[in-house]
Parts: sequence; structure tokens; C-alpha cells
Amino acid sequence: MVSYWNSYLFIFLFLVLGLLLPIGALMVLGPLLRPKNPTPEKLTTYESGIEPFGEAHVRYNVRYYLFALMFVAFDVEIMFLYPWAVTFDSLGLFGLVEMLIFLGLLVLGLVYAWKKKVLEWK
Amino acid sequence: MADFFSWVDKPLDGMAFLNMVIGAVIVLAFILGVVTYTIYFERKVIGWMQWRIGPNRVGPLGLLQSIADVLKLLIKEDIVPAKADRNIFLIAPILAFFPSFMVLAVIPFSATHIFTAASNVGVLYYIALSAMTIIGVVLGGWASNNKYSLIGGMRSAAQMISYEVPLAMSMLGVILLAGSLNLVKIVEAQQAFPYVWYVVPQILGFIIFIISATAELNRTPFDLPEAESELVAGYFTEYSGFRFAFYMLAEYVYVFAMSALGTTMYFGGWSGPFLPGWLWFAIKVSCFIFFFFWVRATMPRIRTDQLLTFAWKVLIPLSVVNLVATAVLKYLLK
Repeated sequence: MVSYWNSYLFIFLFLVLGLLLPIGALMVLGPLLRPKNPTPEKLTTYESGIEPFGEAHVRYNVRYYLFALMFVAFDVEIMFLYPWAVTFDSLGLFGLVEMLIFLGLLVLGLVYAWKKKVLEWK
Repeated sequence: MADFFSWVDKPLDGMAFLNMVIGAVIVLAFILGVVTYTIYFERKVIGWMQWRIGPNRVGPLGLLQSIADVLKLLIKEDIVPAKADRNIFLIAPILAFFPSFMVLAVIPFSATHIFTAASNVGVLYYIALSAMTIIGVVLGGWASNNKYSLIGGMRSAAQMISYEVPLAMSMLGVILLAGSLNLVKIVEAQQAFPYVWYVVPQILGFIIFIISATAELNRTPFDLPEAESELVAGYFTEYSGFRFAFYMLAEYVYVFAMSALGTTMYFGGWSGPFLPGWLWFAIKVSCFIFFFFWVRATMPRIRTDQLLTFAWKVLIPLSVVNLVATAVLKYLLK
């Protein structure tokens, strides 16, 4: 039990250090070392040497969104599979069959997306 | 010595806390050194593979080249484009970097757990945190207000989430065999009967793992988000100086972390005969890192339409097959 809290405190220390290093380097040490001389030309957006035209926040392909939706479905499913895998031994045949049904439904979803040509990139 | 610095089973007092802080700071210093020399190693290896010499000017054998590069980046001006979304632009590299360091907290480097939080959810913790880097990448690409950055960021997100699914699913086979999410217990399970590393029973899972890992790391042949011939530098096109350095740092910390995860899950972590555990761990991780560089020097970049289709039509069905086969065989052999 002691070890449990200790390990999470250790992880918290990693969070603190992982934030302190970039913040320290970028906001404390950096301004002391680097020059600061912004000119209007330097602050323009890069676009292969020409003047940038229009906004960069353009519309992008809707397929990114479809893949994101697919990802949500599959990732949530994996979150269910992890505890199942850990307790597999104590669940016995029941756990195995349940999970096969669960996976079967999911594969059905994948097959549906496949047939609907969601997985093609055009 | 190891016992003195241990904090794992001790009540939480000042001494244990101090040891924890020392452990975490050592890991941080260690990983910065590892990244510095991973970059040097990459440049040397790829140089040799292309019949070049690689860096050889700064210091003996060019050993100080990466340090010189870091110092150069540190004294470079930090340019924030006028059209950029300033606040998000400034914090995005930090968001991308801190999870890459946090995932190292659960990696067991050796049998003495001074530098490891033996968390019961180790694998889940790794997957959950490494997914957070995607947010930093997408925000950086969006906030730059640059077309290349936006496309690079979107591609990066689509690729990383698509390959995260087979990556997480391939590791489920190992978790089934070990019966634990704790990375320390997974290593110990490989040391127990039948004394075989999980790469042997999980060879299909391992192949899926290594392909997905290459894609997760945005390395060649899956480096489309940074395809320099079409997207300049992808999501960090507008970044300069040390903010750029933190994106690069996150990328190389993940190369190490992913290699360490693969070593732990499939190659028995620190276990091995004769040599001390940490040395075995270092050797195995180095082999993984070398593999990633070897692939980079060998393979051409694949096309965007092949990229996502490959993840969803090949890797995910295969990882489902691997999972079902592992579960059924484990049940039958019990």
C-alpha cells in the first residue's frame, strides 16, 4: 500500500520535471541567452518564398474526421479489453466467449466501414 | 547502495522523498544525454550506410556535434510569426514534450526499482500519455497559421491515432500472457516458466508492434507529417530556436521510450545471462534504436493513401486475429 502511493508520487515528480525543463529553458534561461530583434519581414508566415495569400486555416479533408471517429470507437474498445486481458485467467470460458462476441461486433463495424469505403483515402 | 536509495517499499518520509527526487532528476539527465547521442548515432549510422563519414568535425570523432547543435539552438532568436495564434504557439512544444518524459516513469531499467514507478497500470499509462503528444502536435500545426504546418499537423494526428489502435492491440497479447499491466511484472513473467521471451509466442504481435511503433514515432517510411520534399518541415515549419528543439527532443525521447517499451514487453527487459541487468537493457534498447535508423536508411517513404489504409485494413485485422488466437490458445493450454 505504501508502495502504491510512492509510485504515483514518483510519476507526479516526472510531471513536474517534464514541465519545469521546457518552462525553465524557454522562459527563464532562453531570454537571457537569445537575441530579440523582430522585424516585420522576419515575422511573416513562411510560404515557399512568396507572400502568403489567404488564411492558412483552410478547410481540410473531411476524411480526417472519419478516421478520428473510427479511432474513438476502437480506442474505447481497447480500454475495455485491457482489464479483460488482466483478469483473463479468473474469468474462464465465460470471459473468452463474451470477449469473442464483443470483438465480433467490433469487427462487424470495421467490415461495414470497409464496405462503405470509409477506409479509402482519395 | 541500491537499497539505500530505494523508496519503493519505504514509508513516505523526507529521506524517501529525497531519493525519489534524485531518481527522477537522474532519469531526466540520463535521457537528455541519451537523446544527444542518439542523434549523433543516427547521423553516423545513416552516414555509414550511405558511404559517408557523418559528423566528424566538432570534438574527437564528431562526438560533440549534437551538443554544439543544442547550444546553437539555445542562442537562436525565438521567432513567433505575427499571424500565429500566439499563446497556443508558445505552449504547444511544452505540451508535446512533457508526456514524452512522463512515460519513462514506468519503464523498468533494471531489477532495482530506483528509477521506476512499478505502477499497476504501466502499459495503459504509457499509451494514455503518449497520446497526449498528438495534442501538442496538432495545436502547434494549427497555431502556426501556416498551410504546411496545418497539413502536417492534421496528417500527423491522423497517422498517430490510426497506428495507436494496432499498437495497443498488439500489446494486448503480451498482457494476456503475463496477466498484468505492470511492466515490472511483465519482465518477471518472462523470467519465470517457460523461460521464453514474449517475442517467440507473440511473433505476429511483435511484427505489428514494430511497424506501428515506427509509424507512431513518425519515422521513415511513415514520416509523411514531416515529408520535407512536400511539406517543408510539417507541423514545426514555423518554429525556431529552442521551441523547435523541444519538438525534436520529444521525438527522440519517444524513440528511446518506444524502444524501451518494446524491450520490456517482448525481449525480457533487463533479464539476460552473465551481464548486469542495466547493461542487458541498454544493449536491447540500442538494437531497437539501431533498427529504426536502419529502416530509415533503407526504405522509401510510403504514400498518404497507402498509409492509413494499411493501418486499418492490414494491421488492425491482423492484431484482432493475434488477440483471438492468443486468448483461445491460452485458454486451451491452461
